Amino acid sequence: MKILFRLMMVVAVAAMLTGCGYNSLQQMEEGVFRAWSDVESNLQRRADLIPNLVQTVKGYAAHEKETLQAVVEARSKATGINLSADDLNNAQAMQRMADAQGALSGALSRLMVVVERYPDLKANQGFLDLQNQLEGTENRINVARQRYNKAVETFNASIRKFPYSLTNSLLLKLDRKEYFKAEAGAKAAPKVEF
Amino acid sequence: MKRFVILVTILLFFVLGSGLAAALEVPALKARVNDYAGLLAPATKNQLEQALLEFEQSQSTQIVVLTVTSLEGESLEDYSMQVAEAWKVGQKDLDNGAILLIAKNDRKIRIEVGYGLEGSLTDMLSGRIIREVIVPSFRAGKFDQGVASGVAAMMAAVKGEYKAQPVKHQPRGRDSSVSFVPFIMFIFLITQLGRVRRSLGVLAGGLLLPIFGSMILPFGLITLLLIPLGLVAGFILSLLGSALGAAGAAGGRRARGGFWIGGSGGSMSSGGFGGFSGGGGGFGGGGASGGW
Repeated sequence: MKILFRLMMVVAVAAMLTGCGYNSLQQMEEGVFRAWSDVESNLQRRADLIPNLVQTVKGYAAHEKETLQAVVEARSKATGINLSADDLNNAQAMQRMADAQGALSGALSRLMVVVERYPDLKANQGFLDLQNQLEGTENRINVARQRYNKAVETFNASIRKFPYSLTNSLLLKLDRKEYFKAEAGAKAAPKVEF
Repeated sequence: MKRFVILVTILLFFVLGSGLAAALEVPALKARVNDYAGLLAPATKNQLEQALLEFEQSQSTQIVVLTVTSLEGESLEDYSMQVAEAWKVGQKDLDNGAILLIAKNDRKIRIEVGYGLEGSLTDMLSGRIIREVIVPSFRAGKFDQGVASGVAAMMAAVKGEYKAQPVKHQPRGRDSSVSFVPFIMFIFLITQLGRVRRSLGVLAGGLLLPIFGSMILPFGLITLLLIPLGLVAGFILSLLGSALGAAGAAGGRRARGGFWIGGSGGSMSSGGFGGFSGGGGGFGGGGASGGW
């Protein structure tokens, strides 16, 4: 009988340790990191596609120098900013990253509007393939961004909820993470000027 | 009494209302070909269904078709992702699923590709299948032909990526067995305590069920709800425990252990294997969109 009680105590203590969130908080933070690396790899994938796209468009629409130049510049700016896992709680760094990526999205969508004026380009197989790849990547970025923000939301909410808040302030001391917001300019459709 | 009825009615409204509030719901995954827009002839549907079934049996890759009448203003990519996340087409851990989505009134097409197929059914290839295989047929009004040749092109692209495993249903049981261990321990402990004294069993039930519950479920309001449930379970188990104790004193001890594990196992393995369902595959937004 005594042994049974002791066994129960051991089980109860073990259950309480898992119940206070020591493990699950760290697991959730790891989930945020993983979701972020997914965002980054998709952003990288987009950056890798751009030189090819610019080359293709140049062949058909050489007068669109400015638009093309804007894309190239926005790309080099965006690829210059990288966030490590430790920077995810840094609001300013995250804002810089979002701004740079948003500027690139904006420049790209302006380019995509411009190319509508070149029927030859629009009929080019290589260009259509690149366009599909770019759209696919943009969509992947979107999905990865949403998943990252969801992971951040779960994590940020948990470190404020009892009893996790107690565990966090006493033992773990994990910081809340920043959301990766879609740039307002990038989402709005660019103006078409003829 | 009257107040109670009003309260229940209000609650019911909330529950039903939250279901209705969603803009465009993901339809049920009924088969491999889900023709909600009525785009396909029955013969084509059966033929596709059979081809996709055979394809899954040999390759384990799941390809599914969905046609809807309208997107009701929702973006094609967002809706497609919702469908993919709800249906989970493709095998778990392989993520080898793909969805061909057609929105009839919006005249839009999307091929959504699971993680595991992104290498072979690339965005580029998905785009080409839409542009060169599906769209020309659709423009000519031949929907049957467009869908059939589109699906055939998708199958050709991913053929040989994966092989079907001889035993496929095993992984499903493994998931529940993790949460099974505390469950068995719970029953065992309470039965033992209930044999000593019934109130002890009831108390242990009310205490242990929330604790074990918070190991599986998120800690919160539900943990509180588990307390009365645990008390009741503790009482019932104590009754059974003392009854079994009496039986155990008379006869074999091994029979008791066998009874418990067998009894609880039977109630857990109620997952249906009939019909068609997604295998738990993940999607990350790969694929391509197009229109006709």
